Amino acid sequence: MVQDIDIADLKKITELVQGKYGYDFRNYAMSSFKRRMLRILELKNLTIESLLKKLSDQPSFIEEFLDELTVNVTEMFRDPGFWRIMRDEIIPGILLNHKTFKIWHAGCSSGEEVLSMAILLKEMGIHQDVQLFASDLDVNILEKAKAATYPIKNMELNEKNYIRYEGKKSLKEYYKEENGKAVFDKELMQNVSFRKHDLVKGEIFNKFDLVLCRNVMIYFNQSLQNEVLKKFHESLFKYGYLAIGSKESLIWCDVASKFLVVNNEEKVYKKIKD
Amino acid sequence: MDKYNLNNSYKAVVIGGSAGSFQGVVKILAQLPKTFPLPIIMCLHRLKHVRNGFVEALSIKSVVQVVEPIDKESIKKGSVYLAPSNYHMSVELGNHFSMSTEEMVNNSRPAIDITLGTAAYVYRDKLIGILLSGANRDGGLGMKHIKDKGGLTIVQEPTECMIDTMPKAALALTKIDHTLKIDEIVEFLKELDKHYTK
Repeated sequence: MVQDIDIADLKKITELVQGKYGYDFRNYAMSSFKRRMLRILELKNLTIESLLKKLSDQPSFIEEFLDELTVNVTEMFRDPGFWRIMRDEIIPGILLNHKTFKIWHAGCSSGEEVLSMAILLKEMGIHQDVQLFASDLDVNILEKAKAATYPIKNMELNEKNYIRYEGKKSLKEYYKEENGKAVFDKELMQNVSFRKHDLVKGEIFNKFDLVLCRNVMIYFNQSLQNEVLKKFHESLFKYGYLAIGSKESLIWCDVASKFLVVNNEEKVYKKIKD
Repeated sequence: MDKYNLNNSYKAVVIGGSAGSFQGVVKILAQLPKTFPLPIIMCLHRLKHVRNGFVEALSIKSVVQVVEPIDKESIKKGSVYLAPSNYHMSVELGNHFSMSTEEMVNNSRPAIDITLGTAAYVYRDKLIGILLSGANRDGGLGMKHIKDKGGLTIVQEPTECMIDTMPKAALALTKIDHTLKIDEIVEFLKELDKHYTK
């Protein structure tokens, strides 16, 4: 088992992936990127040399590589307090000016957050009026997000979060149990468009009233965070909202002065300047 | 005489703890010299879904306000940091923190092994690791990383621990320089402080 990877080897991997496939991980935060690489080596039983060889000889391996590299650990209604603020303050704030609006979940992973939003909107009775966009770099995880099917063992935590969120029903009413899996009502995902999208490349594909990107930029270094936040700024309508993770911040970014802090505890910001 | 043979080359102190460590941590923070020259980086197991309250509880008697850093926050001398709930906390080259929501390690997030291991990588032989009472083995491997890089390792005296699984895991995995009671850890930190204020 490989115990540690030095910076030179990490660099070889990122250079190869960038040159051959166009994915740029050179500005990812080091310690977590290294752990992901160690994890891939262990899971696939590879050495650095055999990983490099596989990446250069087997183009089909790249999707698998991306799937393991990206962190896909998430929960429904993670940080229930955040979701209460969404329901009680942010969404009503958008509704003051727009009857219909658009939300982007950037780095949606396996879709738990999108699904939480769909349930929130449904319980507010405005599900039909909102277009949801969900993007991720990893096509395998996008398929999982589309399926909205999760191991039943995850549902205990999801249900606890939902109760703390003070939802209107029981989470059980939104899914059926099939073969040890919780299969969510397809209707919830009806207004969601999924797309493969690389935040590092930063293509701007639409304008939104609310962008959620929680616990994604923690995997980037500060200069990449800064670049990505510029793209979010550009992707928002004026007076649109940006939500980031509870341990993330805009303070050191170039766009900080173009946003107003709406909720500092839950890290919700409002774009006030173009 | 300095029984711990200390010097002023250290850059940081990391502390790991779990079940039964709270009182010990409170005691250490309450008696810390006001001038303590190093950052103290703590990873303590805590309830995943209780985000607030812990840092406040630790701060009540602490000489220095305890803070939960945000992602990419710089690590400052004399500050006391606590890993936030439901995130792993790493130390990065360039002397700042980064957060992650990766898989749990040793059934824990934050995992002590991650904070200690990344701190060992960054500070190498300039790091002091302290592992306190706890009911699982998290932190043992982190202490081994600290020792392997030449850092100084301390565990709480197992007989004083409410649950000794954690310090014993470290003792089984690597050479521990000092096995100390909480009062002795306080004394140790005071000794260390003297080397920086001379």
